[in-house]
Amino acid sequence: MNPRAVVRRLYGEGPLHLLLTAASFALAGYAGVRLLAGDAVGVVVWFVGAALVHDLVLVPVYASADRLLCRFADRRPGLVNFVRVPVLLSGLLLLVWFPLITRQAERYEPASGLSPDVFLGNWLLITAALFLVSAFWLVVRTVRLRRRQTKGRPSASH
Amino acid sequence: MTTILAHTPSSSGYWRSPVRGVRFTAVLGLVLLIGITVLFVTGLLSYAAYNPDLSPVNDKTPGKGLLGFYLFAWPTGPHWLYRLTQGLHVTLGIVLVPVLLAKLWSVVPKLFALPPARSLGHALERISLLLLVGGALFEFVTGLLNIQLEYLFPGSFYPLHFYGAWVFFAAFLTHAALRMPQAVRVLRSGRLSEASPGDPLESPAPSAPTISRRGALAVVGAGSLVLLITSVGRSFDGPLRRLAVLAPHGVDEPGSGPGGFQINKTAAAAGVTTADTGENWWLTVSGPAGNLRLTRRDLMAMDQYSAALPIACVEGWSTSDQRWRGVRLSDLAVLAGYPDGVPGLLVESMQRSGPFRRAALRDNQVRDPSSLLALQVNGEDLTPDHGYPARIIVPAAPGVLNTKWVSRLTFGSL
Repeated sequence: MNPRAVVRRLYGEGPLHLLLTAASFALAGYAGVRLLAGDAVGVVVWFVGAALVHDLVLVPVYASADRLLCRFADRRPGLVNFVRVPVLLSGLLLLVWFPLITRQAERYEPASGLSPDVFLGNWLLITAALFLVSAFWLVVRTVRLRRRQTKGRPSASH
Repeated sequence: MTTILAHTPSSSGYWRSPVRGVRFTAVLGLVLLIGITVLFVTGLLSYAAYNPDLSPVNDKTPGKGLLGFYLFAWPTGPHWLYRLTQGLHVTLGIVLVPVLLAKLWSVVPKLFALPPARSLGHALERISLLLLVGGALFEFVTGLLNIQLEYLFPGSFYPLHFYGAWVFFAAFLTHAALRMPQAVRVLRSGRLSEASPGDPLESPAPSAPTISRRGALAVVGAGSLVLLITSVGRSFDGPLRRLAVLAPHGVDEPGSGPGGFQINKTAAAAGVTTADTGENWWLTVSGPAGNLRLTRRDLMAMDQYSAALPIACVEGWSTSDQRWRGVRLSDLAVLAGYPDGVPGLLVESMQRSGPFRRAALRDNQVRDPSSLLALQVNGEDLTPDHGYPARIIVPAAPGVLNTKWVSRLTFGSL
């Protein structure tokens, strides 16, 4: 039996996989020991917790919200994206900047000399603008569809 | 039993989005491959820019070992170097958030796949994926919190983000090496919208489509674009900064006039008072010539030079070039007893706290004719928030090495 086949039978993947994975764990271990040198428990909680919170909280929450939205828009499936996209973009901005938007970041003002009070208002204005753009887009699309339909139909008066 | 299984996340029938598919994932994966490589390289450059191997006061990761293998003397030119590399690092990181989230969404069914491990190789790969996903999120979250000055993470940002990056990158390299050939292959083999034979990510029972794969990618791109527009301006002055309406150090300047540009830490936050900076202030210059005491008037009487240099922060924001005026560090080295052959320099600030209240500059930085102990900026005396009575300004150096409220310069011994 050739060595390649032996590795594949015992290990389940090819020899390149084994080498790369071993190298990866060695490097991750070297850096990981240093990463854990301080508050080891805290770092593990953050590292693993980040993955768990993402996979078991964030994804289910936005996926369920999306499913709910689709159910509401059941009869008009073409409308879903006109709500979905602005909500998603607005939510993304909140996710990235929530410490400033919610004024949690208490060090910001004394350190920078800048007020964080502008961020909540700006976020709400951006959200409003996203919905307006979406609404405008929907109106344009609807008008175009109507025109196309009336053009396609024979005139009723003759 | 089968109907129950069809309703758990472990069954492929549970995941019904018709957007998922190996080609959709491949597009996002290739974007991340390029983007994260740039993030890693610019991150390593930022680490080198601190000159951590120069002096213990610069080194927030003394246990780095071989991870600092590539360190080099950070250059002083071009003078916008750190502004570029760090602006790129942080802005690109912000812009990649939706790409990362979409990538993770696209492969989430694999997280729940059963059996947990088909073989030893598969088990190791899944552990490696935990490092990959946990590491990516850890790096993005610590970075995003740090630029908002929300230090919730368990420890100092520098070691967490640096060592975390290496753990993540170890897993990232393997993942890229194992998956990139497949990603390229599936993208070459057909259109994004088409089914790919034997696609492990495609739902066997997809729901009615509400958006195409192309449309979903466009939404991800729109997310990146919105984040870019609302944050890139923090690396510029004027109307662009006003456009950075959600980003820290966006929107406004902290003041008006010659000293109205961005501040990393105000005098009040640093605990520096007018009693420290008033008439009683003097600068101690130490070296082989002994300890010299120089008042601000003494410094003003020395040859004054100008340099147009930006402030560029590790947090990714920066200012345009400001016109600094003051004494050359190389002239002060001569005073300290180094008539030829300028040495390194230890700078001490009056600020009460902060990890960089003492910082070391390398000889190439002290030697540069644009490196000043600045007394004025934009034609006026420094403001208290910009380091009055005297501050360091060095071309291409990270903001924290441009020490404010300087009290002591020690040439030669770091």
